[in-house]
Amino acid sequence: MSLFYDTRIRAFLYQTIAIGAVVFVAWAMFSTASANLAKQDIATGFGFLARQAGFVITETAIAYEPTDTFGRAILVGIANTVKVSALAVLFGTILGVLVGIGRLSHNPVLSRLMLAYIEALRNVPLLLYLLLWYSLIISVFPPVRQAIEMLPGVFLSNSGLVMPAMRWASGFEALLVALIVGIAAAVVIERILARRRIATGKETPVATIATLAFLVPLAATSLLADISVSLDIPELGRFRLTGGYHVRPEFVALLIGLTLSASANVAEIVRAGIQAVSKGQWEAATALGLPRSRTLKLVILPQALRIIVPPLTNTYLTVFKNSSLAIAIGYPDLVMVSNTIMNQTGQAIEAIAIFMAVYLGLSILISLVMNWYNARVALRER
Amino acid sequence: MKKRILKLCATAAGIAVGLMASTASAATTLETVKARGKLICGVSMSTPGFATADTKGHMQGFDVDVCRAVASAVFGDPEKVDFVLTNINTRFQALQSGEIDMLSRQTTHTFSREVSLGLDFGPTVFYDGQGLMVPKSLGVNSAKELTDAAICTLPGTTTAQNLSDFFRSIGGKFELVVFENPDENRNAFFSGRCEAISSDRSDLASIRAVANNPDDYVVLPETISKEPLAPSVRQNDSNWRDIVSWSVWMLMAAEERGITQANVDEMAKSEDPEIQRMLGVSEELGKMLNLDNKWGYNIVKGVGNYGEVFERNLGTKTALGLTRGPNTRWSEGGLLYAPPFR
Repeated sequence: MSLFYDTRIRAFLYQTIAIGAVVFVAWAMFSTASANLAKQDIATGFGFLARQAGFVITETAIAYEPTDTFGRAILVGIANTVKVSALAVLFGTILGVLVGIGRLSHNPVLSRLMLAYIEALRNVPLLLYLLLWYSLIISVFPPVRQAIEMLPGVFLSNSGLVMPAMRWASGFEALLVALIVGIAAAVVIERILARRRIATGKETPVATIATLAFLVPLAATSLLADISVSLDIPELGRFRLTGGYHVRPEFVALLIGLTLSASANVAEIVRAGIQAVSKGQWEAATALGLPRSRTLKLVILPQALRIIVPPLTNTYLTVFKNSSLAIAIGYPDLVMVSNTIMNQTGQAIEAIAIFMAVYLGLSILISLVMNWYNARVALRER
Repeated sequence: MKKRILKLCATAAGIAVGLMASTASAATTLETVKARGKLICGVSMSTPGFATADTKGHMQGFDVDVCRAVASAVFGDPEKVDFVLTNINTRFQALQSGEIDMLSRQTTHTFSREVSLGLDFGPTVFYDGQGLMVPKSLGVNSAKELTDAAICTLPGTTTAQNLSDFFRSIGGKFELVVFENPDENRNAFFSGRCEAISSDRSDLASIRAVANNPDDYVVLPETISKEPLAPSVRQNDSNWRDIVSWSVWMLMAAEERGITQANVDEMAKSEDPEIQRMLGVSEELGKMLNLDNKWGYNIVKGVGNYGEVFERNLGTKTALGLTRGPNTRWSEGGLLYAPPFR
């Protein structure tokens, strides 16, 4: 009996029981579901993933043909979801930081305007905005046969933006390597120069040197390597523009909707973060003679980031999950592809399990990255 | 402390038992429907001609009348039915889970659906096929000319797949734009986002009916698929399946025999032995289905015969303006052929 009074053993026991209960409930649900499905003669299992999909997906971030498998179709859906959410997070953050700072401006017109922007976007469901942006795009712009030619080869219509695409015959990999090397070099040089300036106090023209470091590998590659590119210029066929690169209205409407809603949330987070930095910091920086813009950049924002990052993670997760509203306006994201598959195979449980697992996995990944970033900017005690 | 552990185990076991209990099979569908006093029928969301609510909220349409026929057979009253609006993705789950007793929702009878989805289809109530509709101004006369065009559709098994198959067979490509919501789908087509819209021909007729000017649109001659639309029920309940199937056949047989909503009382006095059997005047066909013996009389009295149901909801005098086409009696070159009532 005395064993039971040992805290460690007791804790271990409780944990085992808790885990056991969870596993048992999960097992019971799983076996009941399978038994029910078997009783109703409903096909089960993931075997369908290897069967031919047979349906067309128009917007594909990775190569896909109707003769590919259901598994491949799901990958296309994932890639489309990731593409639109990643871009929305990027643009939403940039726009949101600007709006958030504008919200704190001493100019009453600007700050009120930003307030109106935030409130208008935060207080109406995103789905309605998506339908609004989409309806606007397809009713404001002309049909594709009367497409507006903005620049030679660039057409705007209610079927989206079509522009010349570059088709690389050779040298693409070399340029890609040069680009990565250039970026790495610029970052490293910037670090070294910054450290030197802190150590010695000597100013160097950092921006110029870093730009050079970025451009030199690119220039060298384009001179030395065999690069041949052909332009694929869109042409007006009988119905549509063929060739070139298409930006479709479904994608644009979704990107605009997600970006704007993210920017409104980011703006409020940024404003809260900046206002949470004590007033004394502003006054101290002013006393040192720093102008307002540099105070913001060098003193306030680095401190505000610590407050901003955790709620920002939340916003990013929301953007990612909201991208599933794509189905309302015809963008083939993961949910839409899964729905089609569900409809073709009738295997709803499996299809939903897959897309839930994907959303869960990617959300956890986003959280991990943001937590890592949060740990980096967090206050470090020295 | 022990108590708490016991409690935890009890809760877990309780949940598990609860889950298991739900597997125990309940009464037959007919018993459930009779006990409830109402049929629950899955129909589509706002498809003119097939299932729409009128200004008073009363459901009407071709699919709706199939449900009403079954309600008449069971209760002798076409109004004893509740309608559940199902969408394309959830319709089969609604049936499998028992949320609805039958599905009457422009659903194509296919091999894989019948074999792998745990359901049984009744007789085909409407022989349809997938077509394409374009604006007249496009100057297109055949679907084969639509290579490289954008085509709007609803998500669904057969629709998108038939288009893929069709364009693969003619060696062309097309841009597919898929909408979850029928309204968005129509709007995208009417505003010119897509050159063509594709669906079952009956559905195209109802899309055309809501256009600002229906004459601006034309349905192309090609029928790129066979779409026999049929009601469905859960598998392994043959009594219920018989009731749904024979209710549909009753509609068809009534038309063959010239029994209408107006003359059914008169026809009940007929000397014709099959009419007597159908209307429950002689023999006990109804009882064999576990229904009232006057089930056939009730169906025709409640909703009329197949021809009346068709003309009322889809026919040339309605906004859809469909002709009977293959949906006419076999004796007139159509495909409707009810097995004999004996």
